[in-house]
Amino acid sequence: MLIVGEKINTSTKSIAQAVQTSDAAFICKVARDQAAAGAHFIDVNAGTFLKEEVDYLPWLVETVQGAVDIPLCLDSPNPEALVKALECHKGEPMINSISLEEDRFRNLLPVVTSEPCKVVALCMTQTSMPTTADERIAVASELIERLTKAGVALERIYVDPLAQPVSVDVTMGSAVLQAIAGIMERFPGVNTICGLSNISYGLPARRLVNRTFLSLALAHGLSAAILDPTDKRLMANLLTSEMLLGHDEYCANFIDAYQSGGIEDD
Amino acid sequence: MSYDALSDAVIKGDINSATEETHKALEAGGNVQDILDQGLIAAMDVVGDQFSKGLMFVPQMLRSAKIMHECVELLKPHFQEGGVSTKGKVVLGTVKGDLHDIGKNLVAMMLEGAGFTILDLGVDVSPETFVQEVKKENAEIMGMSALLSTTMPAMSLTIKALVDAGVRDKVRVMIGGAPVTGKYAQEIGADSYAPDAGSAVIEAKKILNID
Repeated sequence: MLIVGEKINTSTKSIAQAVQTSDAAFICKVARDQAAAGAHFIDVNAGTFLKEEVDYLPWLVETVQGAVDIPLCLDSPNPEALVKALECHKGEPMINSISLEEDRFRNLLPVVTSEPCKVVALCMTQTSMPTTADERIAVASELIERLTKAGVALERIYVDPLAQPVSVDVTMGSAVLQAIAGIMERFPGVNTICGLSNISYGLPARRLVNRTFLSLALAHGLSAAILDPTDKRLMANLLTSEMLLGHDEYCANFIDAYQSGGIEDD
Repeated sequence: MSYDALSDAVIKGDINSATEETHKALEAGGNVQDILDQGLIAAMDVVGDQFSKGLMFVPQMLRSAKIMHECVELLKPHFQEGGVSTKGKVVLGTVKGDLHDIGKNLVAMMLEGAGFTILDLGVDVSPETFVQEVKKENAEIMGMSALLSTTMPAMSLTIKALVDAGVRDKVRVMIGGAPVTGKYAQEIGADSYAPDAGSAVIEAKKILNID
């Protein structure tokens, strides 16, 4: 499964502070820790700084790629910030995200087709957020059609089925899970991606809810996730789930992790 | 007459006991305003307080609010002409460009549970629509929600629209949402900020000087 490390987000106080004070060392450490923990992409998000984002995002790109040799997930709804960030990015980035909201689609389409990149396609329309699995699959279908028509390869599309809190509606969990399965079945070759924290909003023991959700999502075919790879328990769950789903020959990764202390039986 | 059994049922989320107790209270000739105030609103005050303290969670809050709503429906045919007293009218909405409504809906439910009258404009609400509704209903409070830092500026625009329409001083503005802070509320000239539905009730009562 493709792992996107989520920690470099200015909605976290320490990251916001580091960005404002140009504390490259701090940012580099967070990037290196995530890469070492198995992240394939590092997400960078300066969206809480409405005005300075156009400068902060490229700074983050240069700083992080100075420390790690992996591509980044450029997380912003602002096309201007994305273009500047793309200019200094080395290698093929992931762009997070485009949706069917009219302005967003219109402004971001030229950005995501300007060069080869992975694209997160969020299942949101101009007027509403999907509630059922079918609604999610319908929005995903339209997004996939419009993106592929514009020249984006199917394999580069990562559909985010928009997880919503189960605390508000207990059908939200199965709606997302069935959407993932439905999308993967209908469009062989496409990818699905999810953040883990929305699902547990409003509940206690959120980390337990999040990592259980990850296991269930993997079983429904989820191909990528935005998470904290430095969360040992979460990664242990991920590894174990992958093994149980048949993706770990001779259970080698699982046993290695156990023997090196990455997995505890608790 | 004690309405403890009724309010207990609402707090615990027991719909059967709650409706049963409501019927019992009505049959015993209880005063409808009292049943509402002491049996239902008092229960939701406890729910809000427990939620703010982290002792109750969103699903329980939702359940209690739904039960209260059902009990109010049972009381409605017995309301005297002119209905029951309301603590005030609240115009609520998620700002322009933003479709998130979970938080706003929780606030609506809790304010209604506390005895306010809610006029929920939904999501993606333009400044003009907010102003129109505030004017039309003579609302005491206008509540705005935003979940994205990119849609927060619409809050400032909406307050400006109130000023331009000459009604800013006739309504109290309360804001909330994940990226919103008390500091931001001050910056844009809002009257109040609440981090969650439980606090929203406390703040609403505070800014209208109700207890």
